[in-house]
Amino acid sequence: MKPLHNSLEPSILKKVDRRSFLKISGISATGIIIGMQIGCSPSKKKDSGIPFSPNVYLTVNSDGTVTIVAHRSEMGTGIRTGLPLIVADELEADWSKVKVVQAIGDEARYGNQNTDGSFSVRMFFEPMRKAGATARMMLEQAAANEWGVPVGECKAKNGEVAHEGSGKKLGFGELTEAASKLEMPAEDKITLKKKSEWKFIGKSTPIVDIEDIISGKGGFGLDKKVAGMKYVTVLRCPVAGGKVKTFNADKALQVAGVQKVYEMPFTAFPGGINAPLGGLLVVADSTWAAIKGRDALEVEWDFGPNAKYSTADYFKDMLGRVKSKGQVHREEGSVETSFKNAAKTIDSTYLIPHLSHAPMEPPCAVAHFKDGKCEVWAPTQNPQGANDALAEALKIDKANVTVNVTLLGGGFGRKSKPDFIVEAALASQMSGFPVKVIWTREDDIQHDFFHACSVQRIKVALDNNNKVTGWEHHSVFPPIGGTFSPDATGPSFDELQLGMVDMPFDIPNISCQSHEAKAMTRIGWLRSVSNIQHAFAIGSMVDEIATARQMDPVENLLDLIGSDREIPFDKLMEGFGNYGEPVEKFPMKTARLKNVVKLAAEKSGWGKELPKGHGMGICAHRSFLTYVACVVHVTVGEAGKLTIPEVHFAVDCGIVVNQNSVKNQFEGGGTFASSLALKGGIAFKDGQTVAKNFDQFEVARMQDAAKEIFVHLVESDEKPTGVGEPPVPPFAPALANAVFAATGKRSKELPIKMS
Amino acid sequence: MASLTLRINNKDYPMEVDPQMPLLWAIRDFAQLTGTKFGCGISQCGACTVHIDGEPVRSCVTPVSGATGKSITTIEGLSADNDHPVQQAWQEEQVPQCGYCQSGQIMTAAALLRKHPQPSEEQVSAYMSPIICRCGTYVRIKKAVSKAIEINQKA
Repeated sequence: MKPLHNSLEPSILKKVDRRSFLKISGISATGIIIGMQIGCSPSKKKDSGIPFSPNVYLTVNSDGTVTIVAHRSEMGTGIRTGLPLIVADELEADWSKVKVVQAIGDEARYGNQNTDGSFSVRMFFEPMRKAGATARMMLEQAAANEWGVPVGECKAKNGEVAHEGSGKKLGFGELTEAASKLEMPAEDKITLKKKSEWKFIGKSTPIVDIEDIISGKGGFGLDKKVAGMKYVTVLRCPVAGGKVKTFNADKALQVAGVQKVYEMPFTAFPGGINAPLGGLLVVADSTWAAIKGRDALEVEWDFGPNAKYSTADYFKDMLGRVKSKGQVHREEGSVETSFKNAAKTIDSTYLIPHLSHAPMEPPCAVAHFKDGKCEVWAPTQNPQGANDALAEALKIDKANVTVNVTLLGGGFGRKSKPDFIVEAALASQMSGFPVKVIWTREDDIQHDFFHACSVQRIKVALDNNNKVTGWEHHSVFPPIGGTFSPDATGPSFDELQLGMVDMPFDIPNISCQSHEAKAMTRIGWLRSVSNIQHAFAIGSMVDEIATARQMDPVENLLDLIGSDREIPFDKLMEGFGNYGEPVEKFPMKTARLKNVVKLAAEKSGWGKELPKGHGMGICAHRSFLTYVACVVHVTVGEAGKLTIPEVHFAVDCGIVVNQNSVKNQFEGGGTFASSLALKGGIAFKDGQTVAKNFDQFEVARMQDAAKEIFVHLVESDEKPTGVGEPPVPPFAPALANAVFAATGKRSKELPIKMS
Repeated sequence: MASLTLRINNKDYPMEVDPQMPLLWAIRDFAQLTGTKFGCGISQCGACTVHIDGEPVRSCVTPVSGATGKSITTIEGLSADNDHPVQQAWQEEQVPQCGYCQSGQIMTAAALLRKHPQPSEEQVSAYMSPIICRCGTYVRIKKAVSKAIEINQKA
């Protein structure tokens, strides 16, 4: 099951001697090296066997440059820039002399590297600051010793340490040798910079990879090549859980450039996220030969247990199930009583189809298996997961597996599953060549780990005073757990905590229930996971409540959130995870949610007179501990033609590290969400996806997306929280509400159909 | 298989390939220029956009035989020093997120501005909409196209 929650242990900073640094990092360095031990998955990280295993390196080199190891994967969120910026700020580094080096996958050394769950900044903000500050203090001390002055008179600034009285200066490079011989300051003696002294945090800095990207030099997984490499495509059964019955490779082998065809065994359904689906491997001299060879394969499939999977039927089942009482996960008061005494009730059902991740770079990986060792280069969100999966699949020790992380051409959750990397490794092991496995777009869309299709039903009771007195929410969708175990037969509590049971409204009678649904294809997590369906249902229902109460939607929303308070979800429900953070550390503060609602309303000009055919809709949703309100402005033309002239996001993610990246995530997240709100879904018929490429699984293009997206960041001293996923959930409901405002017609099914 | 030569970024690349092979794979696997990306293989996403004799084409559906004797420009050949106005604008507006589709976006925008130095909003949308960015950088792409027009005017 996906570790939705990662808890953070206190960081331990260590100085590293050069020899052990080289041994464990493979990076040559001279000078002062600071490592950190940051535990993120306590149960797994014990007894690593390495006496000191720092997971983030900061090296101040004798030439004055600073090397910072990025241990998280870059898939477009700007994390390769953001975390080093935090270190560089505290260090007072000259950013132009900072080099960012990507870490290989290694849990013992780097702690958690699973770049997922919008937690990189949340988890590593403080440790990164401390690492930078530690090195800064040591450099200042070295300068003080050199000049024979009190350290309090020495101040690091932009790659140098200066003495206040005399104006003497020494560059970091000149100080690094002396600094490396000093004891590190104790953790409780580390002095962090004041917020007013920050030079990068809170400002806008270009991403470190920009020049490589605009010149075509960015090293993505698909771009990797090693000497003697062959190209591999895989013919997989179009039904998940199916396998090869018989095959004939004669014609494939006649295709010029095709070297070999191998059968890759089917493992199991469900088979988890590590095991490939099985099928036929075509090893060839070029990508094109591998594609042509695959086209020429003759195969008869045993379609297996999911051969009849039809989403049309599956939706009928789910629609039936939400009518009955389900498993209760949160209960307050008595919803039954509230409905019995209601003056008015609303009862709505919301549908969202399966969705595909479809990152622009499809899954791909280069692997070289030789002499019992395997090295891979892959666009992976989770190099350690890949490491484990490869060791298991190849039956070799983890120490003999090296996972190099390339740039990721999009991830969105797809590339945290290592199945495609295992395919490459098995193909290399079988063929004896270093190989690159390439998924075509048809492979990607047909064989994804899909976002679950879902049905949500919400019933609301209103009393004679126009107050909402009852809230009954039913959620049903095939769970992610169904990819791992046949016993997972409905949404897990983890998935329900993503936007359903953490509903923030002040309503006296609440019941949150789930219903059974068994996965009949591979289900996975997609950017913001089940927040998507929960926020769509809740955000839409809130708007329906506004209509029923004859209230302005913003006024209604603020009223439902209620008084300023902290909601003790952990007291209301047993096992509440709060995205892996203690509730007291990251409480749900209704004031922060109301604040983003007010900010979005103010900035969007909520309430202004709009021409006919225009409408504005709002939704507020907290996910991954970040508070977001979204106002979407639409126009609907005569033939139902929809345009989105403006979107306003108001965001409270605590302290902002890099404004440039945070804003880019919201602009992009809004557009990503417009795909699921307006464009394609994945339907299954006879166990197979109907869509196979972008001609049928449509995603938002420039002409479909919002013309302007404004991102309003709340100035905050709260601890930073992530922004990769939180833009997505509130967009679709805000859009549906805007369409209702413009047309009087409410869409309760995504994608919204305008005609 | 056929022996043919592609002229890419003013350099000749002789190769022995299936003449029906899409130009994309000739550029990536044989000329070893990996800035041009694979996205869909059916001319739906534009990640593979290159210029042939100055015109933008989807290299994933262009047979390599159709590109011989012509001048092919890929992202690597767009400028010597990342100083094409579109590349400058892309930096100034900080367009990329993951960056994978951006070669196709930049090559398309460069072709647009060559043909229409002062494009209307509709022309920008019509030219750029075929190129998918799953990260959703469209708002910044539009701003960067406007910026590139400004840079062109100053030059």
